[in-house]
Amino acid sequence: MFLQNPKSQTTYDVIVVGSGAGGGMAAYQLAVAGLKVLVLEAGRNYDPVRETPMFKLPREAPLRAGGTRDKPFGFYDATVDGGWEVPGEPYTQAPGTEFRWWRSRMMGGRTNHWGRISLRQGPYDFKPKSRDGLGADWPITYQDLAPYYDKTEMLIGVYGGDDDLENTPGSPPGVLQPAPAPRATELLAKKGCTPLNIPVIPAHLAIMTTRQDASSLPRKLHPGNRLAQRVLAQSMRSRQACFWATPCGWGCSIKANFQSTTVLIPPALATGNCDIVADAMVREVTVDNSGRANGVSYVDKLTRRDRHVSAKVVVLAASACETARILLNSKSSAFPNGLSNSSGLVGKYLMDTVGAGLQGQIPALENCPPHNTDGASGMHMYMPWWLYQQQLAGQLGFARGYHIEFGGGRGMPGGGIFGGLENFTNGSYGKRFKEDARRYYGSFMFFDGRGEMIPNEDSYCEIDPDVVDQWGIPVLRFHWKWSEHETRQAAHMLKTFSEIIQSMGGKVVGGRVETDGARAIARGGQIIHEVGTCRMGTDAQSSVLNQWCQSWDIKNLFVTDGAPFVSNADKNPTLSILALAWRTTDRLVEELKRGNL
Amino acid sequence: MAAMTGLPVLASSLAAQQPQPINRPAVQFPIVGPRGTPTDPDLLHPKKDWPRKLTPGELATLAVLVDTIIPADAKSPSASAVGVPAWINEYVSAPYDGQMRDLIRVRGGLVWLNVESGKRFGKTFARLTADERTRICDDICYLPKARPEFQSAARFFDLVRDLTAVGFYTTDAGMRDLQYIGNMALPKFAGPPPEVLKHLGLA
Repeated sequence: MFLQNPKSQTTYDVIVVGSGAGGGMAAYQLAVAGLKVLVLEAGRNYDPVRETPMFKLPREAPLRAGGTRDKPFGFYDATVDGGWEVPGEPYTQAPGTEFRWWRSRMMGGRTNHWGRISLRQGPYDFKPKSRDGLGADWPITYQDLAPYYDKTEMLIGVYGGDDDLENTPGSPPGVLQPAPAPRATELLAKKGCTPLNIPVIPAHLAIMTTRQDASSLPRKLHPGNRLAQRVLAQSMRSRQACFWATPCGWGCSIKANFQSTTVLIPPALATGNCDIVADAMVREVTVDNSGRANGVSYVDKLTRRDRHVSAKVVVLAASACETARILLNSKSSAFPNGLSNSSGLVGKYLMDTVGAGLQGQIPALENCPPHNTDGASGMHMYMPWWLYQQQLAGQLGFARGYHIEFGGGRGMPGGGIFGGLENFTNGSYGKRFKEDARRYYGSFMFFDGRGEMIPNEDSYCEIDPDVVDQWGIPVLRFHWKWSEHETRQAAHMLKTFSEIIQSMGGKVVGGRVETDGARAIARGGQIIHEVGTCRMGTDAQSSVLNQWCQSWDIKNLFVTDGAPFVSNADKNPTLSILALAWRTTDRLVEELKRGNL
Repeated sequence: MAAMTGLPVLASSLAAQQPQPINRPAVQFPIVGPRGTPTDPDLLHPKKDWPRKLTPGELATLAVLVDTIIPADAKSPSASAVGVPAWINEYVSAPYDGQMRDLIRVRGGLVWLNVESGKRFGKTFARLTADERTRICDDICYLPKARPEFQSAARFFDLVRDLTAVGFYTTDAGMRDLQYIGNMALPKFAGPPPEVLKHLGLA
């Protein structure tokens, strides 16, 4: 249940810090396993069912719902109290670093506004160093995580096709829901990509195209667990399939897409085993004299008072950088460098996704017969990385790949519509402008690359020695550098998009295609896929966590967000965070039952 | 809610076999809702209530300009008929850095328009004939081709054209003009109809 303060008489089995992807999954799995769980969430309680502005129009919102400093992704975006800045909670950067850190302070965290793109990591992605000598290997293989990918996709509802390509695993039959029909723009792009040998296949998104089978899936996902089956069946029955309107980034009041707040938290609460305290800003994990974690200290944001709550096990899922921050701030005489940091690697090997994009104007799309193209808000198709062989042979000049997301066409008119049109119309206005608008509307498309970064020694976060936030908690200072593997990849992205646009008979908007990858690449953090600050590994000197995302130093401490990632493949991290969190909590429950924690 | 133990048995007899209707949450969330701050506004009841800064005179000049950019035609009304001047006033009055900079550009540009009209034709911009307005606007409608003495006026025109387009095409009349179809619940997403595939050479 929701509490203002945790029950003082209760010693919880597990405290979960964070209610996003990893925290929500941990809370759900631990609660259905019968453990007493307390979730501490830094943001306010948030209910998409009640709060999502379904069907709202831009004209009803201030500034036609365009982005502002307060709501950078637009007025209707689900993010609460966050974005690139969180009021009263600064972060700093080392000189020469440009890192942007997105945080959402709300129940469910960034799962409320994320893009829902759900791609499995492939076999290469778990052993990149073995393959090309760069970065580090995960201590697990694709086969170790595959059963959890299967279960996670069935649990949350993911659509996709049956493609199974090199390092782009498909799912077993019956796991994915049917992908929606491709849009006209997507078919046109596929045609343009054919002569370039770029595959265009159904995307995988955590959006339901059919209702879930609540009579059979719960038994499949939780064999022998009647509590789990009951709450999950109830939850699945409460979710509708997508009705093809309202962007997912606003949230979803019919629960058609995945957000922790609609898919994981409600069944966790329904078990009766889970308590949640919102507006709780965790500062540190506390340990007893034997070096075991014994609870968590946090600031109650409503009263601004310090509180402590005890538990047998602590799970951190505050997001990769916040989790590292908590550990580094958990200093004591026994642990002067912070908790779980005997390797010195907490905060290190921070990674984000390589991003670069291009827009094209496609004459074939002009004067297209009007039709509804809203669809599933995200892309129905995408291009997986296709140059594995050439890359391994050293022909590309950079070591890792990227996938391509794309879109455009006849979307809802909003802020920014027809910006730059004058470059196609010689600055028309008046009657001609209206005619040009009708002609060009729907003929613009964008292409964005999302690629793999190799972890490096110069990209990490640490505690700033001087600055604390409004809760008295020392803040993070970021260090960031791209290597040539990333900048060359970004340049390759733009070159590829330019070829696709030309193959479609179109023109690159702006004319010039940037060839300098360092100028093309998005800033660190800008793609909002930070992972890697507490990496897993095979030994305590070269990693923070073991293969179960369990701290080497503190046995009853686990991490279930993106911090454990050893690499940041060209597959958006959330699905892997969810699958890994399930695997980790299975282990946690076993170990607790065996008395090993 | 009392004891944590023995709950599965109790709950399953309570829950019985009652099918859950769609959208009734299994657990009641306490109603917190938005706090109504700039970073946590009420999305269901949006507010645009900052003070408006443009004067009636500026709005009158603006109305003539936006109608020069988007006039009425057979398919849809003019920009001023759908409230574009008030929209621009909303935009340039907004308390954010970018909009505050744009306020200066818009105000300066409106003055420039009247000065230029006075120089060329001895009248204010609002009093010009359509032909006279065209002669001025043609000099400032495309930044890359505008003469040096018209560069800043061209930036002003570009900004107002962008704002006019946003203001117009986000109205119901504007969306109808473009024939945007969407923002409606559908049981299924059908792919593009045959006439679209034919138009795109994909049939």
